[in-house]
Amino acid sequence: MNYDQARWTDDDERYEPLLSEKHTAEADLDDAPLPDELTRDSLELPDLSEPELARHYTRLSEMNYGVDSGPYPLGSCTMKYNPKFTEDVAAIEAGAVHPDRSPESVQGNLELLYDLQDYLGRIGGMDAVTLQPPAGAAGEFTGVLVAKAYHEHNGDERSEIIVPESAHGTNFASAALAGFDVVSLPGGDDGRVDLDALESALSDETALLMLTNPNTLGLFERDIEEISEMVHDAGGLLYYDGANLNALLGRARPGDMGFDIMHYNVHKTFATPHGGGGPGAGPVGVVGELAPFLPKPQVEKRDGTYDLFDPEHSIGKVHGSLGNWLVLVKAYAYIARLGDPGLADASAKAVLNANYLASQIEYEVPYGPFHHEFVASAGDQDAADVAKRMLDYGVHPPTTKWPEIVGEALMTEPTEIENKTTLDQLADAFNAVADEDQDALAAAPERTAARRIDQTGAARNLRLSWQALDDE
Amino acid sequence: MSGHHTPQGSPFAPHTATDTEAMLDAVGVETEAELFDIPDSVRFDGEFGIEPRSERAIRAEVAQTVEKNDDLVELLGRGHYSHYVPSLVDHLSLRSEFLTSYTQYQPEVTQGFLQALFEYQSLLVELTGLGVANCSMYDAATALGEAATLADRLRQTSGTRVLVPEQLADGRREVLANYVGGTDLVVEAYPMDDGNVDVEALGNALDDEAVMVYAENPTVRGCVEESLETVGDLAHDNDALFCLGSDPVSLALLQEPASVGADVVVGAAAVLGLPTSYGMGMGLFATREEYVRQVPGRLVGASTDDTGRRTYTLTLQTREQHIRRERATSNICTNQAWVALRAAIHAASLGPDGLADLATEAVTDAQELADRVTEVVGVKAPVHDRHHVREFVARTDQPAPAVAADLEDEGYAVHVLGEHQIQLNANALAEGEVDEFVDALAEVAR
Repeated sequence: MNYDQARWTDDDERYEPLLSEKHTAEADLDDAPLPDELTRDSLELPDLSEPELARHYTRLSEMNYGVDSGPYPLGSCTMKYNPKFTEDVAAIEAGAVHPDRSPESVQGNLELLYDLQDYLGRIGGMDAVTLQPPAGAAGEFTGVLVAKAYHEHNGDERSEIIVPESAHGTNFASAALAGFDVVSLPGGDDGRVDLDALESALSDETALLMLTNPNTLGLFERDIEEISEMVHDAGGLLYYDGANLNALLGRARPGDMGFDIMHYNVHKTFATPHGGGGPGAGPVGVVGELAPFLPKPQVEKRDGTYDLFDPEHSIGKVHGSLGNWLVLVKAYAYIARLGDPGLADASAKAVLNANYLASQIEYEVPYGPFHHEFVASAGDQDAADVAKRMLDYGVHPPTTKWPEIVGEALMTEPTEIENKTTLDQLADAFNAVADEDQDALAAAPERTAARRIDQTGAARNLRLSWQALDDE
Repeated sequence: MSGHHTPQGSPFAPHTATDTEAMLDAVGVETEAELFDIPDSVRFDGEFGIEPRSERAIRAEVAQTVEKNDDLVELLGRGHYSHYVPSLVDHLSLRSEFLTSYTQYQPEVTQGFLQALFEYQSLLVELTGLGVANCSMYDAATALGEAATLADRLRQTSGTRVLVPEQLADGRREVLANYVGGTDLVVEAYPMDDGNVDVEALGNALDDEAVMVYAENPTVRGCVEESLETVGDLAHDNDALFCLGSDPVSLALLQEPASVGADVVVGAAAVLGLPTSYGMGMGLFATREEYVRQVPGRLVGASTDDTGRRTYTLTLQTREQHIRRERATSNICTNQAWVALRAAIHAASLGPDGLADLATEAVTDAQELADRVTEVVGVKAPVHDRHHVREFVARTDQPAPAVAADLEDEGYAVHVLGEHQIQLNANALAEGEVDEFVDALAEVAR
């Protein structure tokens, strides 16, 4: 299976023209119902008919690659299939209400949110869940704020958060956003947390250890119970980054491993579409002791009626409303569709797929045994070039050059949705590129809508709008 | 049965028994369970107790659940608005090449989405007059929080004060407090005067300790702000950043932010592209070109490819968390890109006159409804002697909570602001609904 991506070219200078290059017009603001000094002077915008727009965006979509186009094994992003029916469930109009409605008048929405909180709590082994954080990083920020509030409530101000070097960049950034000093934890020789290093990093300043499990190499932190004990003995809390939860559904739960706080990436684990960069949702689960610190409001059920309440020591709000409602509905629908057996099977097949693919490729794949993902090394080749060349074999490449613990990393997560044939195609793509020389790599990609793009030039000569292009 | 997946498996895992067998064999294990390198002591052998259901059953179930919501006509606003979203927006944005893709780490194969985001950025550049707009924040509240951390990074002084209007949506105030919680910034409220900034009080409150002044146009109460230039001058005289809150529909008509000295514009960009979706939104974030290296979130820039044609790519990624980690300009990764796509399609389908008309109607609707409800015995509107966009505050002789509760019984949802104040979003009423609403208000307000 291979493909040539659609390529719409206007001339030698450009592909599909910008909206602004097709037709623009000035708005007629003369009859504005406001005094002149309170209105703008002019407004020039694209002015196109519906058929013209339909064609414009259809062409753009054809020059875009999604999970529905082909394999998309982007490590740590869990690009699984987004079931179509979840869109229809989210589109049910009765749920599209204003966020300031009284709780009595939106019992249906609150019931769904309550049930989703309940599902997520069971899946993660957590006692209470907030659905407010609108993305994984927002979930991390929420969890960090909860930890901060908890320590402060106990009269115990702590200034540090420990993050393994191989963690997602958001962990560091979320900890910093909340005002903590970040202590970077070097990895052990086996790619897992080095307990001696952890021991030296821990102190009475340690507020939190943020951990991804399985980690970004796809390895389960086997010493998790000892890690948990060490962190708790030091008076810290343990945070679970849910980015890799798709490896564990029905096999292990963060709550049972000693984690106090976790976030769920519903756009990863629970199949809501990634939308070209978002929206996602990053619900946060906590153990009972931390529930009073969750964002406000929380959904509760009393005598069959749903209500909103502010937890006693709430950190306040992390989103202007209750979060990304449409995404949460889709996640609910997905979880309901799979249920216990489907969720467990999703993880089983995701782990099987990653291990099978790892066994079929010629690049070195250090460490192991793997769960949902593995990190291969492109060796002497530049991983970025490898990725570009893989595009010519009809697949989206893995995440590249990260985690840095593996040289020229190719971080690969096929998810459970690929069948053996597709995994073989992916392996063929890896293996074909592994045998190619630098010239072939440097010339890639050839079959995509655009050829190799000058990234440096984009940053050096910044043009971030069509107005900037016009100024040239 | 097609032979795909076990009857009890995921319907979205396509493995046949034969393939599973072959794959296990290739890996060198006999069962999937052996692949999990998890100590026995933390293995989960319980059940979630979640019953799998069919697609059809779930659609029926969720419909039944959300239809328990009361079917109310919502005169609610305060940052969340439902402008009619044309069918075109759904049909194009739901094309699965868009919907099922992710962040454009490989620009050669994701030109389509990149161009759409570049166009979204450009629309905001036109509306704000500022040189840079990012690809989206989560919502207006988090965009405001990001603006404050931007001010923190840019500040020239030892100052710590962020000044915001006393009349501000709770969500924005509280999210802002959390975003500045990791800095030494302190959020303070300045007074309002009849629905607008009290410029004298703001002037007195400002000193060289201020790092950011935030104002809104329209305000949370729907008032058009009449002193923006003065607010901007006051901020700049004290070396503070001027951050303005607005939305893309209002911006089509109201003063261009750049023309009144705004350094940053934040706001609810999902007023285009999404109906009210129980609070799901998208944050607008635009700023001056000189601050581009301090912008949070993703930016799409133009470049060229090996054929020499113009292309688009994510740029200045060294600002971002995946490269800069704890020194990143923000922790944001996943954003609201798909909502940005929808907003751009919506704006493009309206065109300049359509967008300006929407803003114009928002002004005239508010005026007309205020004129009607002030005729009602026991109601005076608007409370503030200002121009309004979409919504306004009304005074009720009867206690406002009782009026609102009675209106809810009549099928209308309104905001309660104080003991005798309600807020009404006129723009939410469809043609022909005004008379009925005014009649209902007359019933409950006397």
